[in-house]
Order: sequence, then structure tokens, then C-alpha cells
Amino acid sequence: MDMKINPRRLGALIRKEFYQMRRDISSILIAFVLPLILLFLFGYGLSLDVRNLRIGVVLEDRGEAGMDLMQSFAASRDFSVTLAHARQELEPLLARGAIRGFVVIPQNFSELLAQPASSGGPLPLIQIITDGSEANLAQFVDNYSQALISQWNQKRAAASASNAPGIQSEIRTWYNPDLESRFFLIPGSLAIIMSLIGTILTSLVVAREWERGTMEALMATPVGIVEIAAGKIIPYFVLGIASMFLCTAISMIVFALPLRGSLLMLLVISSFFLFAALGQGLFISTISKNQFLASQLAILTAFMPAVMLSGAIYDISNMPAPIRALTALIPAKYMVSSLKTLFLVGDVHSVIWPDMIVLAGFALFFFVLTALKTKKRLE
Amino acid sequence: MARSSAFIVSLRRIQALLIKEIAVLWNDRKTRILITVPPMIQLVIFAFTATMDIRNVHLAVYNKDHGNHGQELAQRLDGAPIFTRLIFTRNEANLRETMDSGKALCAVVIPQDFSRALHAGTTARVQIILDGRRSNTAQIVSGYLSEIIQTYYSNLSIAKHTSHAAVLKTAVPLVRHWYNVNLIYLWFTLPCLVGIITTMITMVVTALSVAREKEMGTFEQLLVSPLTPAEILTAKALPAFIIGMFEGSVLLAAAVFLFGAPMAGSLALLYASMFVFILSITGVGLFISSLSRTQQQAILGTFIFLAPAILLSGFATPVDNMPDWLQTATLANPIRHFLTIIRGVMLKDIGIADISANLAAMLLISVCTLTIGVWLFKRGLK
Amino acid sequence: MTAKSSPVFVRLAAVSKRFINNGATTTALNAVSITVRPGIVTGLVGPDGAGKTTLLRLIAGLLRPDSGDVAVLGWDMAANPVPAQADLGYMPQRFGLYEDLTVLENMNLYARLHGIPDTEKQDIFDRLLRFTDLERFQKRMAGNLSGGMKQKLGLACTLLRKPRILLLDEPGVGVDPVSRRELWRMVNELVNEHTAVIWSTAYLDEAERCDEVFLLNSGALLFTGKPADLSRRMRGRTFLLKGVPGDRRTVLSEALKQPAILDATMQGSAIRLVLRANETMPLFLQTGQLADCPDAAQMQAPKQAIRGTPDAGIGTDHAENLTHAALSSLPDAAAHASCAEKVRLVSVAPRFEDAFLDILGGAPHGESSLSRFFAPVAGGEHAYSVEARQLSKKYGSFYAAKDITFSVRRGEVFGLLGPNGAGKTTTFKMLCGLSKPSRGQARVSGLDLAAASSKARGRIGYMAQKFSLYGGISVLRNLHFFAQAYGLYGKKREEAVAHMLELFELAPFAAQAAETLPLGYRQRLSLACALMHSPDVLFLDEPTSGVDPVARREFWMHINALVQKGVTVLVTTHFMDEAEFCDRIAFIFHGQVAALGTPDELKNTVAGPDLPEPTMEDAFVALIKNADMQEETRHCAQTR
Repeated sequence: MDMKINPRRLGALIRKEFYQMRRDISSILIAFVLPLILLFLFGYGLSLDVRNLRIGVVLEDRGEAGMDLMQSFAASRDFSVTLAHARQELEPLLARGAIRGFVVIPQNFSELLAQPASSGGPLPLIQIITDGSEANLAQFVDNYSQALISQWNQKRAAASASNAPGIQSEIRTWYNPDLESRFFLIPGSLAIIMSLIGTILTSLVVAREWERGTMEALMATPVGIVEIAAGKIIPYFVLGIASMFLCTAISMIVFALPLRGSLLMLLVISSFFLFAALGQGLFISTISKNQFLASQLAILTAFMPAVMLSGAIYDISNMPAPIRALTALIPAKYMVSSLKTLFLVGDVHSVIWPDMIVLAGFALFFFVLTALKTKKRLE
Repeated sequence: MARSSAFIVSLRRIQALLIKEIAVLWNDRKTRILITVPPMIQLVIFAFTATMDIRNVHLAVYNKDHGNHGQELAQRLDGAPIFTRLIFTRNEANLRETMDSGKALCAVVIPQDFSRALHAGTTARVQIILDGRRSNTAQIVSGYLSEIIQTYYSNLSIAKHTSHAAVLKTAVPLVRHWYNVNLIYLWFTLPCLVGIITTMITMVVTALSVAREKEMGTFEQLLVSPLTPAEILTAKALPAFIIGMFEGSVLLAAAVFLFGAPMAGSLALLYASMFVFILSITGVGLFISSLSRTQQQAILGTFIFLAPAILLSGFATPVDNMPDWLQTATLANPIRHFLTIIRGVMLKDIGIADISANLAAMLLISVCTLTIGVWLFKRGLK
Repeated sequence: MTAKSSPVFVRLAAVSKRFINNGATTTALNAVSITVRPGIVTGLVGPDGAGKTTLLRLIAGLLRPDSGDVAVLGWDMAANPVPAQADLGYMPQRFGLYEDLTVLENMNLYARLHGIPDTEKQDIFDRLLRFTDLERFQKRMAGNLSGGMKQKLGLACTLLRKPRILLLDEPGVGVDPVSRRELWRMVNELVNEHTAVIWSTAYLDEAERCDEVFLLNSGALLFTGKPADLSRRMRGRTFLLKGVPGDRRTVLSEALKQPAILDATMQGSAIRLVLRANETMPLFLQTGQLADCPDAAQMQAPKQAIRGTPDAGIGTDHAENLTHAALSSLPDAAAHASCAEKVRLVSVAPRFEDAFLDILGGAPHGESSLSRFFAPVAGGEHAYSVEARQLSKKYGSFYAAKDITFSVRRGEVFGLLGPNGAGKTTTFKMLCGLSKPSRGQARVSGLDLAAASSKARGRIGYMAQKFSLYGGISVLRNLHFFAQAYGLYGKKREEAVAHMLELFELAPFAAQAAETLPLGYRQRLSLACALMHSPDVLFLDEPTSGVDPVARREFWMHINALVQKGVTVLVTTHFMDEAEFCDRIAFIFHGQVAALGTPDELKNTVAGPDLPEPTMEDAFVALIKNADMQEETRHCAQTR
């Protein structure tokens, strides 16, 4: 293989690519419009932060404590409460999805609660019913109402003079004290955006050269295959980094995302990821050579995994072992982990360096594979 | 009489187109693979991906307490099945490093005076630290953690203070998940994926079928034939529609028989809804294909529609969590309505009355997308 | 010019190349050995699929041969193509241009890729831009150039480095004769003792302009040498039958039935005949008296028979005398005297194509099987089958077609001729209802197709330029589909499909995917699909580009049969011999009908003392010049 790189030839190829980018709507669409759409979707649309969770409260109890608990629910900013006196009233609402769950304060609640703990006897139970068909929301209803009840218990204990001892759990969330889900969703979306540019756009533009016959013309000139590859990688690398920093700036300004790590590290890790993604894109276009197939392959092997398997939205640790093993093959996974750390924690070398090494490995793997598959020939 | 025979002629022409469309799709190896293999793989992989079932939690413990309680609490945490690994940290820096590097999802810090406070009968404190990068999972875990700690204390206090009269009873929450008793996430993700994957395939098939003919030049051949625009349109929409229904059925069967998802409600109702749903998706597909001249444009158009429509369907994160304006906007998203219906029918056995609003919305969307699709299609012929 | 002593630039020794596609192996080149020398234009001639592109790619080092050696300027291309590529200029079929870059940006790119220093660049650019006449268009996107200009730009990009070997892959495709002539002029200027040019083409008339040709067919090298050497074999066997009385189409189809005739084609009002070697010209073709003597065998042989012997060594004038002699010595010459006076059989110069046909075994014989299947088109209530009335198409402020008016009679073959982008295709599309006129009317069988019911469209047949059937599905399914789309179903459909399979000999391929058919068969299938419903009017858009001459003859034989049944044919074409086949031609230029008439009339308008026997191509070129001149004078008049 001819490894020589002639700077003038390479420069000409790069310049050509930029001219084309400027005039091709699909480049602009993929590099700037789609990223912004995705960014705003992740910033505004996707959210794991509960707000106004629609629940019902059935107050069967006539006592004071029951009333107080009900009022705690009604006053909570997490819930938007529909009141009822019988559960039959709420069941159809749950079925219809008008509420996501309901809390039942049973008839003798206040009575049971007033009994001393030492007396034994039945416990003052509060029933929490969730809509299991909306698994996420069921989880939220479960967590949030449990938390509210536990707070209510503590408040009651504090109010009673007895001042019972206990263990107080003090919960802190590091890196994201206000528990804003978009703070960890947006860094994930940046990885998705970069796979979009790195893999889909690159595979499309290379496949286009094959389709339009310009690749043939290039190959008949003294240009080496390394120069052709570099002539594609460098411009789309620049485009990817530009898009990345645009999105970072928007995330920080519009969504108040903190950047606790250094800009330099962000640049470095993004570069490594982009190389891996570009390598994948080049490889795809080498084996498919037409835009339709290239785009489908890129969506199936790069975009979908970046969304579903990278940890951008779903925690990898919660996945079953075989799928966790599969995620190890997704470059975006390493990018997501590093991005989240860089934005929310800082330059944690024990996270970023291993990720970087793996990404470099991916880049090398794809480049070598592409080099082996591509000769400066048409067959 | 003349009218009815013209109608039959028209039907015959549509039949011819239909056979051809299906043959074209099926004879193309790429298309054949595209509509069969990736959907199944996606169903299998993504069904397990989109989960909040907590697994594999690594917990860091920083026990500053030299007394017995600190040690015992740590042992109790170690024994809890939810934590697959416990990392004992020796100092503040070590703890920070463990959290920073993401080796542990959460940490429990037991203070120096923990045992002393418990012995003295005063309030002991424990600090729970969650990783904000994965705050969603961490929050669920923190619930478990609080529970373990409270149980530890009550066992302790019951053993110690059985005669202590002054202790108040506390309200005890008891959670029941209806329709999905064990809150199996798979039951939630499978119906969603059936809807979403069906959408993707239907869209790609509709959007590409016209663009491909335009690129190949066969479209002009159709236009000069006696086929009317309405016939061409019907014949373009129908295969996509049939493939969509077929894909939906296969995925549904896989969800129920392969993964054991429940099918509590009426299959007829589900199919009726799927019918309307795929109709609306076909409309969007026609809309995109009328606007695109090449396959590449069709792919991009599909992508630009699909990305928001899927992300805002209530699959990735609940619609309830979105800002109000966005919730209103999702009313125009057919996927959102269909996911509500399919989950409702499969898990809740809801009746037509409960989904009538969703059904009506989808019907309205179908009418709109199909009308615009047809209008654009006809306009594109000029 | 030919210098056997000059060094060999390209040498292919017993080169074979196969491709495997979906399990099927096709041999693109079979043991081909050639040598190319500088100082001449070497033609690589053959129909589509002959192996031309493969051969060029092998020379350019883009493919590796399966066996045999490729040496370019002494370098073994299989081992390392890079050193030789520095001296190669290769223009692929689509010119290798970036359509979204401007003319200048394209040139800049290739200049840098070829390592031309910036100091020299400007001079080279100036020279080439002047040479290609693209100076005015430097800032225009390559995608917005016309076919001819794209081709010139493609050439300019390959010439930047002054390559020692210039490889041009079908530079003439889709380019009108004027641009083609210009290209030839440019290439001829380039050739010198340091430069070798290989020009590949499917147009056999282009072969005659080459100094040396390699004739390829189905991967095999059929001929190497000067084109004239090949044509010379045909000397004394080519004739022109002028002044044919009655229906020349009938004479043509009768001529094709004669075993002695290698080839017969229409040439305006005349018929061009090629005799097989050592055969005698059938008598009725000497007299043109078809009706009186339908069977030539019954005629007594003339005393002085016209034999297709190359040894005869007769010049044109001599031949004419000879023919007259032959005619006058007919046994009952007196009976035929009246028509014999008009009919003249003239010996003409042989063409390269004649020789190629001779090698391939001649034009298909007999008559088109269509004449059995096709019922005559009933005489309708309309005098004209196709009418254009002030047909105009406006894009923005630009008229792609303006006030186009003509009428086509039933059973007429009407041609639309003109350079690319002049409005030919726009007009064609308006006529067959694919595009709505901004103004005016297009009527087919008295109906406006753009507005008409599907019933009206059911009466036309349409065959697109590109193969536009469904390639992925079987031949049978394609036929079924088109039959049913045109309203045939049940037994009628089965009958029509069975007929077509039989007529076009497609039955063995019925189950095969259409795209895997050889080009000629694809052509047949396209025609079959357009004909199954027995249309009154047939629209053909450049129907035979790239097809080998035998398949082209066959195609026109079918069309001839249809026309005799009263089918009206509307055709656009770049092929001059296809234009000759037309009864009348509308020459469209600048969106308007610049000339209208029979091929002979058009040719006669340009005939003059310096051009006594103009060809169709001459007429084409002259018509463009005239139209341009008129345009200019009008423009001058306006500005004044």
C-alpha cells in the first residue's frame, strides 16, 4: 500500500470536500439541523424528572392523621392529586391512564396509628397502587409516594415530644444535586450526535463518490488511497468537532449544563471518538458502495446502538449480562461514559483514559479493516 | 353498469400494481433482509435494554465507625441481594475516587459516632451518596438503602426496646403494581417496541418505494400507462400497509409467545387500532416520498420524522414528564397514541371506551396525513 | 501517422477478466492482446457490454487482470499502477466531475491532484479554458452544464497534466453531433508523437475517425487495424437504391427477406443495401418494382449480374454506369422502363458498420413476427395521430419549449432531433402527457393526454431511454404487470403475454430477473411491454443507444412492421441512422422548431457546391449554425 501523503494533493481533496459540504443540503441537515433537533429533544422532551405525577388519593379514614397524610400528598409538588372517597371511583381512571396510581388511606388508619408501638396489633398500612403497564411511571409513583410517607412519618415523630431515636439517612446526590435528568441525558445525546456525523454522514458521502463515478476518476490520478481516506476523514472530523462544540455551547447556555472537566479533555475524547466513528463510516461505505445500503447499515450499526446501548438513556448496568457484553462493542458507550464524567464530575483520569484507549483501539481496528478491504482498485 | 365495470377495471389495475409491488420488494434481497432480520434483532436486544429493573449495583461503603454497629450495618448491606459488589473505602479520597470513577453507583458513609449514638439512644446519622450521572437508578437504589437501614434499626430497637412504650407507630406503605404485578419491565418495553419497530419498517418501505421508482425511471413508465394517480397511490400505500400489519403481527406474536408478554385484552380491538395506526404512518410515508426525489432524501426525511416521533412517544421517558407544551405537541404523534393503546390492551384489558380518545386522535392524524400525502403526491405528478 | 517504429505505450498480452455477480460468472474480456502506440487515435469500438470499460480500467490500473499482462509505459499495472498513473489521463463515463463544484473548482482539484505547481497552473488553465471554450462558465456548477460542456470539462480535467496516455470512456454518449465534432477536433489537436489516445465508443461511425481500431464484441477482439482496412472488405457490396417507387418500407422489409442481402436500412427516401459476399443483388431491388415482380427468384437473372465481390474494384461512378447497363439489359426492360428510369441503384462507399455487421453475420432476416400478431390500426376519425399546437413550457422566465407546432399523420415515423437541452425532451414529455404544457396543446388521437382519462393513455405505448422496467422481478411478471396495467386480464392477458414471449424469443428467460438479461433482450422486453396492448401511437425516447447494430436492426425491423400496420411512431434520437429512418423530422433548437421536413429535405437545405451529398449529421450541424446565426442577427437587430 502506498503510504505517502502529499500535502498539496491532500489539501486539494480537503478543500473539495468543504466546497461540497457547503452546497449539499444533506450535509448541513445531518451536521447541524439534526443535532439541534436531537439536542432539543433530549433537553426538553426526554426527562426522568417527575413533575405533577397524576395520582389519586382515596381517603377512607375519617381520622385526623389520615386527613393530614392526604393533605401532604395534595400539597406535594411532585403530585397532582385527584381525591376520592372510594377506590371504585379511581379504578376506571387508572385503567384509562388518567392517573398513574393511587394511594389508599384505609378506614381505620388513624386509629391504628394512634396505638402505641408496643401494643402489637395490625400495622397502619397505606396501600399504593400503581399502573404497572407504564413501568417507568409505576416506579416513580412507588418511589415518590414511599418517600413522601417516610417524610411524613419523620415529621410526625419530630412533632411528638417523645423524640424517638433512630437512624436518619441523609441523602446527597453528587455531581447533580438537583437531580436534573437532562444533565445526564444531554451528554449522552452529544455522543449520539457525533455518531450521526461520524458514521452516517461519512458513509453517505463516500458511497456517493462511488455512485457518481468520481471515485473512479480519483483513483486514476496519482492520489494514494491513504490520501483519499485522509481527505474524507479530516473534513468530517472538523465538521464533527464543530458540531460538537456548537452543541456543547448550546447545552451550556440554554440548558445550563455545567462543564466541570477541561475543554481540552473534551476535545481529546471527542477526537478519539470521532476517529472511531469515522473509521466505522469509512468501513461501511467500503463494503456497501451505495447510499441506500450505507445509510441503513449506519443507522442499524451506529445510530440505534448509540441511542439504545450506549448508556445515553438506559443504564448499562441494569441490562442482562449478554447485552452488557454486547455494549462493550459499541464505541458510543465509551464516549457516553467519558462525556457524562467530563461534564458532571471533571477530568477523572481513571474514567477517561481507559475509554480513550478503547476508542483508539476501535479507530485503529476500523482503519486497518478499511485499509485491508480497500485497494486502489475498483474490484 | 358502465360505472361498475370501470370500477372493476380499476381494481384489476390496482391488483396488477400490487402484485408487482410485492414482487419487487420481495425479490430484492436487500429489502427482504431489511424487513425481516433487523426488526427481530432489535426486538430481542432492545426489549432488555430499556429497563429500569435494578441489577448489578456496586455499592461503596466508608465506615468511619469503629464500633460494632457500623460493622454490622455494613454486613447487612453486604447481605442484601441487590448489591452485587461492595467496595470498602478507607478514606475520603478513596471514596471520592471510587465515586468519581463510577465504580460504585452509590455510597454509604457511616460516621464515627454511629455506634456511640445508637448506644446512647440518640439519633444516629448515615450519609447516602448517589452518583448524579446515573441519578435515576441511584434514586431507586437509595430507596432500597433507606429501607435496609430502617430495618436494621427497627430490628435493633425491637430487640432492645420491646418494652419502650413511647415509640409511635409509623405508617407502612404497601405497594401493589396493578396489571404487571412484579413490575416486569419487559412487559412494558415489548408492546412499545412492537409499535416502534413496525413504524420504522412501514415508513422506510413507503418512503422508499416511490423514490426508488423515480430514480429508476419506472415512475414515468407508470405515469404514461392508463393507471390513474389514485390507483398508483393506492398500490404504493397498500404494500407498505400490508407489510406494516404483517411486521406488527410477527413482532406481537414474538412478544407474547417468545417473551411471554401478557395479552390480556381483545385482539380484535388491538388489530383495529393497529389498522388505523399503520394507516396514519403510511400517510406520513407518502408525504415524505412525494417530497423526495431520491432515495437519499427519502431516508433523511424518514429519519427526521422518526427521531422525534420515537423519542417523544413515551417509550424512552414518560410523556407525563415533559413540559406541558410538549405534551400537547405529542398529541399529534401517532406513535404516542398507539403505544398507549397497545400497552392498555395487552396489559390492562381496556375496552374501546377507554381508548376512544386515542383512537379518534389517530384517525384524525390518518385523515390529515393521508389527505396531505395524496395531495402532495398528485401535485408532484404535474 | 501510424508509426510502427514508435514505442509501444500500452501492451496487453492475452488479458482475461471475469466478474462474478450473484453467482453467475460473466467474461468481460477473453484473451485480448493489443498494443497502443502514440501519435494516433486508437478506437475501442463495440456495443455496450463488449468489454470496453473493463479494458480501459485495466489500462488505468483500476482493475487487475485474471490472467495475462498489462504493461503501461513499461510498468506492470498489476503489480504497481501508481508510477504509470502519473502519466495517465482517464475520463470515466460520467466524466468524473463533481457536480456540486464549479468548473474552476473542479479544475483546481484535479490540478493539485496531478501535482501541477501553482506557478504553471494559470497558464494551463487559460489554455485549456480557451481550448474547451469554457472561459465564460468558470463559476458555473459542473452539474448545471450541458452534456457537451460537461464532456469538455471532463476532458480539460484529464488534460491538465499533459498525459502521455489519454483514456476516454465513451465521451460521445448522450452528446449531440456538434459537441462530438468539437471533441474530435480537440482530441486530434492533442495527438502527437508523445501522446497516445484511446477513445472508446459504441457509435460505429466514430470508429471511422480513428487511426486504428480494436473492435470488441462480448469480450472478444474481432478486429485490429485501420478502420478503412475493415471497411475495404466490403468494397463493391454497398449500394444505395434511390427513387424507390411506392412504399419504401415494404421494399425494405422485402429486401430483408432476401438471403443475398446482408443489411438494408432506410436512408431518407433511399434504401441502403449491403450484399453478402459473392451474392447477386436480387433483381427487384435493381428495379424497385416490388408489385410487379414480388418474387425475385422467378425473374431471369440479368446478363450482367451485380455481385458482391470486393475484387470488382468498382468506383462509384463506374458502378452507376454498370447499374444502368444492368437495368437496360433486363429481358423485359421495356415493361419496366417507366419506373426503371426513376429507380437508380448506386454503389456507395462502405462503412465500418457494414463490416461489423458482416462479422456478426448480418442483419436479422425475414420479417418481424409482429406483423402476424398486430392487427392493422383502424382508420380513425382524426386525420392526425399526434398534434402539437403552440406547445410551450416555461420554467420561470425561461422557455424550455416555445410555440412548438406540428402534426403527425397516422402510420408516420416522426423524429424529434436536436442538441441536448434544446427542448427535445421537454416537447416529447409534453406530447406523451408526462409534463403539463404551460401553454398550447398536445393531442394524441385527438385527445389531450395531460388532461385525458386513463383510457386515452391506454392507446399509447412508451419506451423510455433508460431501461425502465422492474429489474428485480422476472420477465414474466413484468409482462403480466404491464398487460394488466393496460387493461388486459384473464385469458386476454395470458394470450398477449404468450405472444410476446414467443415473438421476442423471451420464453427461455421468462423466469429470470429482468435486470440479468443481456442488453439486447432487455430492449426486446421493453418493446414487448410497450406493445402488448396494441397501441395506436408509440413513443420512443432514444430507443437504441448503446445497442449493438444487429439488435438495432432488429428493433427497427419491428418498428417497420408496426408502421406498416398503421401505428404512428414518435421518436427522439441522437443516432443519425435512426433519424434517416423517420418519415419526417422536427429539428428542435432553442426550444423551437428550427426546421421540419423529410430527412432528404433537411439534407437538401444544407447541400451546396462544397457539400453536394450532405449526411444527416452535416445537416444537423448546419442547422444549428444557421439557427445560431439567425438568433444572433435577431439579437443584433433588437439591440440596435
